[in-house]
Amino acid sequence: MANITLDDPLPVNAQDQGRRQRLQDSFFRSSTLFFALMVLLLLGGVIIALIFGAWPALRTFGFGFLTTEVWNPVTDKFGALAPVYGTIVTSLLAMIIGVPVSFGIAVFITELCPAVLKRPLGIAIELLAGIPSIIYGIWGLFVLAPFLQLTVQPFLIATIGHAPVIGRLFAGPPYGIGVLTASIILAIMVLPFITSITRDVFETVPPMLKESAYGLGATTTEVVWNVVLPYTRVGVIGAVMLGLGRALGETMAVTFVIGNAHQLKASLFAPGNSIASALANEFTEAVGDLYTSSLIALGLILFVITFIVLAFAKLLLMRLERQVKK
Amino acid sequence: MEIYARRRLVNAVSLTVAMAAAVFGLFWLIAILWTLFYNGFSAINLSIFTEMTPPPGNTGGLLNAIFGSVVLTIGATLLSTPIGMLAGTYLAEYGKKGAFAETVRFINDILLSAPSIVVGLFIYEVVVVPMGHFSAWAGVIVLAVIGIPVIVRTTEDMLNLVPNGLREAASALGTPMWKVVTMIAYRAARNGIITGILLAIARVSGETAPLLFTALNNQFWSTDMNAPMASLPVTIFQCPLSPYDDWQHLAWGGALLITITILILNIVARALAALGSSRG
Amino acid sequence: MKRILAMALFAALAWTSAQAADISGAGATFPYPIYAKWADAYKKVTGVGLNYQSIGSGGGIKQIKAKTVTFGASDKPLKLDELEASGLIQFPMIMGGIVPVVNLPGIQPGQLTLDGQTLADIFQGTVTSWDDPKIKALNPGVDLPSKAIAVVHRSDGSGTTFLFTTYLSQASSDWSGKIGANSAVEWPVGIGAKGNEGVANMGKQTDGSIGYVEYAYAKQNNLTYTKMINKDGKVVEPSIKAFQAAAAGADWAGAPGFYLILTNQPGADSWPISGASFILVYKHPIDPPATLTALKFFDWAYKNGGDMAQELAYVPMPANVVDLVRQTWASSIKDSIGKQLWQADQ
Repeated sequence: MANITLDDPLPVNAQDQGRRQRLQDSFFRSSTLFFALMVLLLLGGVIIALIFGAWPALRTFGFGFLTTEVWNPVTDKFGALAPVYGTIVTSLLAMIIGVPVSFGIAVFITELCPAVLKRPLGIAIELLAGIPSIIYGIWGLFVLAPFLQLTVQPFLIATIGHAPVIGRLFAGPPYGIGVLTASIILAIMVLPFITSITRDVFETVPPMLKESAYGLGATTTEVVWNVVLPYTRVGVIGAVMLGLGRALGETMAVTFVIGNAHQLKASLFAPGNSIASALANEFTEAVGDLYTSSLIALGLILFVITFIVLAFAKLLLMRLERQVKK
Repeated sequence: MEIYARRRLVNAVSLTVAMAAAVFGLFWLIAILWTLFYNGFSAINLSIFTEMTPPPGNTGGLLNAIFGSVVLTIGATLLSTPIGMLAGTYLAEYGKKGAFAETVRFINDILLSAPSIVVGLFIYEVVVVPMGHFSAWAGVIVLAVIGIPVIVRTTEDMLNLVPNGLREAASALGTPMWKVVTMIAYRAARNGIITGILLAIARVSGETAPLLFTALNNQFWSTDMNAPMASLPVTIFQCPLSPYDDWQHLAWGGALLITITILILNIVARALAALGSSRG
Repeated sequence: MKRILAMALFAALAWTSAQAADISGAGATFPYPIYAKWADAYKKVTGVGLNYQSIGSGGGIKQIKAKTVTFGASDKPLKLDELEASGLIQFPMIMGGIVPVVNLPGIQPGQLTLDGQTLADIFQGTVTSWDDPKIKALNPGVDLPSKAIAVVHRSDGSGTTFLFTTYLSQASSDWSGKIGANSAVEWPVGIGAKGNEGVANMGKQTDGSIGYVEYAYAKQNNLTYTKMINKDGKVVEPSIKAFQAAAAGADWAGAPGFYLILTNQPGADSWPISGASFILVYKHPIDPPATLTALKFFDWAYKNGGDMAQELAYVPMPANVVDLVRQTWASSIKDSIGKQLWQADQ
């Protein structure tokens, strides 16, 4: 039997041990705090580095940088209008094409498909979301672009191309690559992404709500339209904005097929440029400080745009979470 | 009865449209995968794993690119895992609902979806310019910065899943906080955390644009971390832009390799997560 | 276990920090096919490799000015004052020709003929269809379709563009006034592709396209090149003879800093869009052994690379120019203690 009684004083090493443990505890806590802080610092660092690099260009061109189309490395005159326009147009078009399809797939998975298919299909969509975008780019260049160039584009140019107002959207020689092709590739690329988030959002609808509606005799369409969508409205918008944020920053899928022309043309068949593709194409060979600085300024503009979109999306999704927890 | 017939009609039409949309969307995705497998399969043979990227007009392999990708990915994982795990630990164990923690979460999610090319510019400014040249180190750093938000997010989520009872039991026995976290919580969430690391690896192994400004590319075998290093995504980026058929062939092969690797990583991660949650 | 891991880590670190003896260079895509071929052969002979990033002349100039590579390659020669200001010297390595390439089903290589003015009009966007009267006038027996012309140009800073636009400026006053000549210009129409490789690729893929590439790319990829009408008014087909004819009258000795542009040269057989590609190195390199290794490679290429060059229809530099180049190496390039880096007996 051990000879311990409650009257024995605490052995000295226990006090030391306590102090040591408190030290270790605070050290551990400080290091986790430090690395959490590092996440904040990373974002701050990105913004500061971008502003620092873009400063010569911003100072030289001022606000006119955003409104000039000229991009001339020889005379050192740069304007962001064409890449910014290209970025926004391709992303918006990608949303217009991709969001309805994503909705369709999400509705299909949550409401229509037989239960045995639900999980595999869901997993398949998530796996597809992980495919690197360069694959989409190569596919677009080798498969989609020639197809568009030889069949779809000449057809559209010959028909709608002659219409009075809309015709200008479909004018020009059929290059195969261009703004429209880039938008289509982007749409296909954000499909799995938006679909999986939308599906998750749709599944947060309490079954009770849906069953009450079915109990009253509503058709599936009416349930989706009148119950699911209004309930998840905020989350769905958040998902779309996340997809938009992704599309805005996408580089590889777009660079191969957008045509690399610093121009702003009305036609969707014309080649254009997006900020990301301009950076990917020109950064490593930009000679001259103003050229490099203008490219970094483009990067800064892109970051600001995506930051706004993503922050907005995140706020919306946070509201949805709070709504669900209630 | 007209109104019921109309509603049924609307229902039938819109559900058909939804199904058509699903088929349409899935069709394109499958078409892409099919093209990838079809073109890539014929390119995958032993020589891809044994020869270097060739000069134009010759056949060759992707050995230096594969090696480079492996080195860059391992380096990025080694760098990002401790940082990401510890930051995620702070959010789950210490910060919780506090204002600072909420801010970090918000910023982390923004970084998660930020365009990777912008991160590449950042590291170019901060690492490449002071160093004076492109290097594999810069590539490792940029991939780590891209992977950290993923690991932070999943670590936090997984740690939050560990029941508090475990922690309280350990504390009641007199375990110091740091041991509660590292020996109890980490162990319980182990599968989930590994899932997060695997997802981060899957994410960074497909990244191309940020490597363009940091590790650049290298035609030859190189083990020098201070020099540009080849990587699969950048090699694939350069190949289709060239007219040489063997290069384009190699590009497909490399693309297939990357896709299969990422798919396997995702599947393993998913399986692990499922295992972890069923045990917890 | 831990010790084994530690040793393995140490070994890995030691392994990764071992320096490679490869030469690093970057720049023009114009000479890339022949540089790659030379590098392959040189590695077999000496074990020293060449890591050449084919990113365009603009990129080459940027990289060498940033000292991130040992040599830069550019088809756009730098003027003497720019060379002096940066502490660089340049020397011509190889010559070649730029050819317009078209993608028209049924048209064979060398079947179509164009002249400078029409080429300028096409790239300016004033001639937009293949059956335009101007093109028809130059090609009387050829059946031209009424297709839209899809112009393909370079999207990156390119010496090939510099030479091409220099020629267009010489051939068309409209071009010279509105657009001018440089390594990157404001192209009024067309899609941009990266590198000679990209233009060749885009041209191959796009029906009805016209682009411009270095002849080796056209040859290696079976592209449909066109004939041109040269300064003397004669129709010439691109070939090593035509490029040699253009280079024949070049006065390298009289060109300070070897600044010489070979477009629109006189001579009945001259190809109008010819040019030389240059190498840029520092007079006082920060890594003299690396520069010496590079110079040895260039010397080897001058001596042994002629046949390989001719296979790809590049024109090797004539012997008297090579002597001038070696003299420049000896007199201009100094190592870290100011001694002459290039010894004549190497």
